[in-house]
Amino acid sequence: MRVLSLAGRRLAASIPTLILILVGVFLLLQFAPGDTVDAMMAQMGGGDARTAEDLRRFYGLDLSVSAQLGNYLWRLVRFDLGFSAIYGKPVATVIAERLPATILLMTASLSFAFFFGLILGVIAARGVNKWPDTLISTVGLIFYATPSFWFGLMAIVVFSIYLQWLPAGGLSDITSTATGIRAVLDTARHLILPTLTLGLIFLAIYLRIMRASMLEVLNLDFVRTARSKGLDETRIITRHVLRNALLPMVTLIGLQAGTMLGGSVVVESVFSLPGLGRLAYESVVQRDLNTLLGIIFVSALLVITVNFIVDLIYARLDPRITTGV
Amino acid sequence: MNFTRRAALMTSAAIAANVVDPFRAFAQTTPRKGGVFVVHYGAEQRQLNPSIQASTGVYIVSGKIQEPLVDLDAAGNPVGVLAESWESTPDGKTITFKLRRNVTWHDGKPFTSADVQFTAMEMWKKVLNYGTTLQLFLTAVDTPDAHTAIFRYERPMPLNLLLRALPDLGYITAKHLYENGDVRQNPLNLAPVGTGPFKFVQYERGQHIIADRHDGYWKGPANLDRIVWRVITDRSAAAAQMEAGQLHYSPFSGLTISDMARLAKDRRFIVSTKGNEGNARTNTLEFNFRRRELADIKVRQAIAHAINVPFFIENFLGDFAKLGTGPIPSVSTDFYPGPNTPQYPYDKARAIRLLDEAGLRPGAGGTRLTLRLLPAPWGEDISLWATFIQQSLGEVGIRVEVVRNDGGGFLKSVYADHAFDLATGWHQYRNDPAVSTTVWYRSGQPAGAPWTNQWGWKDDVIDKVIDDAATEVDPVKRKALYAEFVTKANAALPLWMPIEQIFVTTITARARNHSNTPRWGSSSWHDLWLAE
Repeated sequence: MRVLSLAGRRLAASIPTLILILVGVFLLLQFAPGDTVDAMMAQMGGGDARTAEDLRRFYGLDLSVSAQLGNYLWRLVRFDLGFSAIYGKPVATVIAERLPATILLMTASLSFAFFFGLILGVIAARGVNKWPDTLISTVGLIFYATPSFWFGLMAIVVFSIYLQWLPAGGLSDITSTATGIRAVLDTARHLILPTLTLGLIFLAIYLRIMRASMLEVLNLDFVRTARSKGLDETRIITRHVLRNALLPMVTLIGLQAGTMLGGSVVVESVFSLPGLGRLAYESVVQRDLNTLLGIIFVSALLVITVNFIVDLIYARLDPRITTGV
Repeated sequence: MNFTRRAALMTSAAIAANVVDPFRAFAQTTPRKGGVFVVHYGAEQRQLNPSIQASTGVYIVSGKIQEPLVDLDAAGNPVGVLAESWESTPDGKTITFKLRRNVTWHDGKPFTSADVQFTAMEMWKKVLNYGTTLQLFLTAVDTPDAHTAIFRYERPMPLNLLLRALPDLGYITAKHLYENGDVRQNPLNLAPVGTGPFKFVQYERGQHIIADRHDGYWKGPANLDRIVWRVITDRSAAAAQMEAGQLHYSPFSGLTISDMARLAKDRRFIVSTKGNEGNARTNTLEFNFRRRELADIKVRQAIAHAINVPFFIENFLGDFAKLGTGPIPSVSTDFYPGPNTPQYPYDKARAIRLLDEAGLRPGAGGTRLTLRLLPAPWGEDISLWATFIQQSLGEVGIRVEVVRNDGGGFLKSVYADHAFDLATGWHQYRNDPAVSTTVWYRSGQPAGAPWTNQWGWKDDVIDKVIDDAATEVDPVKRKALYAEFVTKANAALPLWMPIEQIFVTTITARARNHSNTPRWGSSSWHDLWLAE
């Protein structure tokens, strides 16, 4: 129960942060030149002064900044995210439509990065300074240093255009009418390349953290004790070292859940996926304040939730956190 | 011998015909029924009703679902769609349209003159961008019977102007679906109902739009079963999907210049400006007269003379652009005044002499003057052009700082706040100079109106020519007035339009009956089909 109250306190502490972020972004966007009507004119490729004036009144842009902000916060208190200027729908609906693709992509690539980062990190740590370590570290560095849009485009060129193994983009094949398990497999096929693209960069970070963490734990006294007891090496690694070395990895997941949402703008654009990243980008370009603030709100909630879960996992991995010793 | 020679001649004639018109060779074969046509949709719009938003991003989808009164035929002449015939009274104040009979909306209700009246008065006149200007003096639309619509104007409306504007600004929406409530907030704006060959099925935001063949279409059912528009915002990704066979058509220069040039060499694709003649545009260089130096005609002339436009076109834009000669592009056969208007060919020595005469002597480091250039973010050609201007002007001692903004920021800075010295973007020509061209020169535009004269410049003579031409009913006199307009505008040089471009189509070589009208991307595609 202690861990729950700990996590609960952290949850409460994040509410002022959330409000600060929302007010900050609202004011920041006021500094950006142009409003949503300018953006709409740009998109239409032309319009006259009367149209623009009408539209400003239509979107309620004739109010003062403080009045607009006050209205927004008051709506938020009542859990109303407002109406999207670009989509002509409530922001909550717009976000709900985009959330599944984002979460799917995020969980898939995070799990991929976590799992393979863990395995490769362990292998590298066990063969430290030998050839597997050098190979894994070098490859990891290459993944980390390569921009993800380039990775994505090259993956499309190789796997979609030349080999024609995988689709080049989209979430599903619209021209097919598959249902049930075949539709799920179709979506899975569409997600392979984006998941790899997004996951490879994070994989590099995970494997390096895992390697460092493993090396540190391997030098501790209890490992020497285990070895002197005559336990075999695999058992030492899995039962004793791994569990202790996992803590930094779990911390990292909590931190990166947020980064993953932002980082997927590029991957979503390259693979034409309907996710939150692209929605946020479009909202900025279109100056759709309600949608952008809504996305920030939802992303923040998502990060807070993930961190809450991470707190719980800490307690499971290391009982000392719960007992407070 | 004779026979052989004749056969040889005929063969070479056939080859020549193919060179002139590569699409004609396929037009003879029997259309294949069925198939799904997949279209690249680069920029999602806020709504899809062409009666309240005039833009290619709307027409590319709804042009298949809703129809205009009039469209353009292969030769660029007005041809009736929902209107069968039209006539104007000699004073140009009354224009009568006879409407097509036995046309029904996709929901089964008949199309009547009441729909035309409602759309014209409630949408074109009140909401539609450019429509509000075009129909400013429209006072009423009378409907003596279900198939006649009489447009009444307070000032003369040239019939040719209306007919050339209507393909874009003349889409009809069903009155019975829109008469209650604000037309802008009608949910059907995202699920359009029309009279066209395809009916709306589904719109998944950020993913795709689907429309299926409408079997009750008045011209007879279309060839394709279905059209799918796939939302792809990344241009390189769209090119990759074309190559992977997931896309059939990328309209309106939707791919990068280098990808289009690459796919042009690939036999599986046709890359061409054909079918986009009705969507001409020019690259601009706009001057802010509030900068004292730029108010001097010599400085503006010097800037124009300092830039080697043919070199830029040849090296950066390739075959997709040509040297422009003013605000009316050469594809506009009805109004193009020819190239013999004041021009500013590349002449560096002359540019330097003009700057000297204007009293701008080189200061420290050879710099005569520093200017801020704001490029519009619409296309990579504008970005390249801005850099080219920067480097060209650097050579004559004008230092240029390029300030890049996104779309909203650009429009606000240039057309509302006037916070620029030089700006560059596109001027869209819409088949008649009165639709969206003369507003770039006519004084009295309210601040904040994008793509209008916001230069702090006014010329009473040019204003008068523009006003006279807009209400001149005689087509010959009208053409002469626009020639005078171009001559005077080029001489005064409040902005410069030195490059002409037409959008580029990238389409699968399997498509037939495509690109056969000047605004094909926007048209209804009822005869389009896909070969095996």
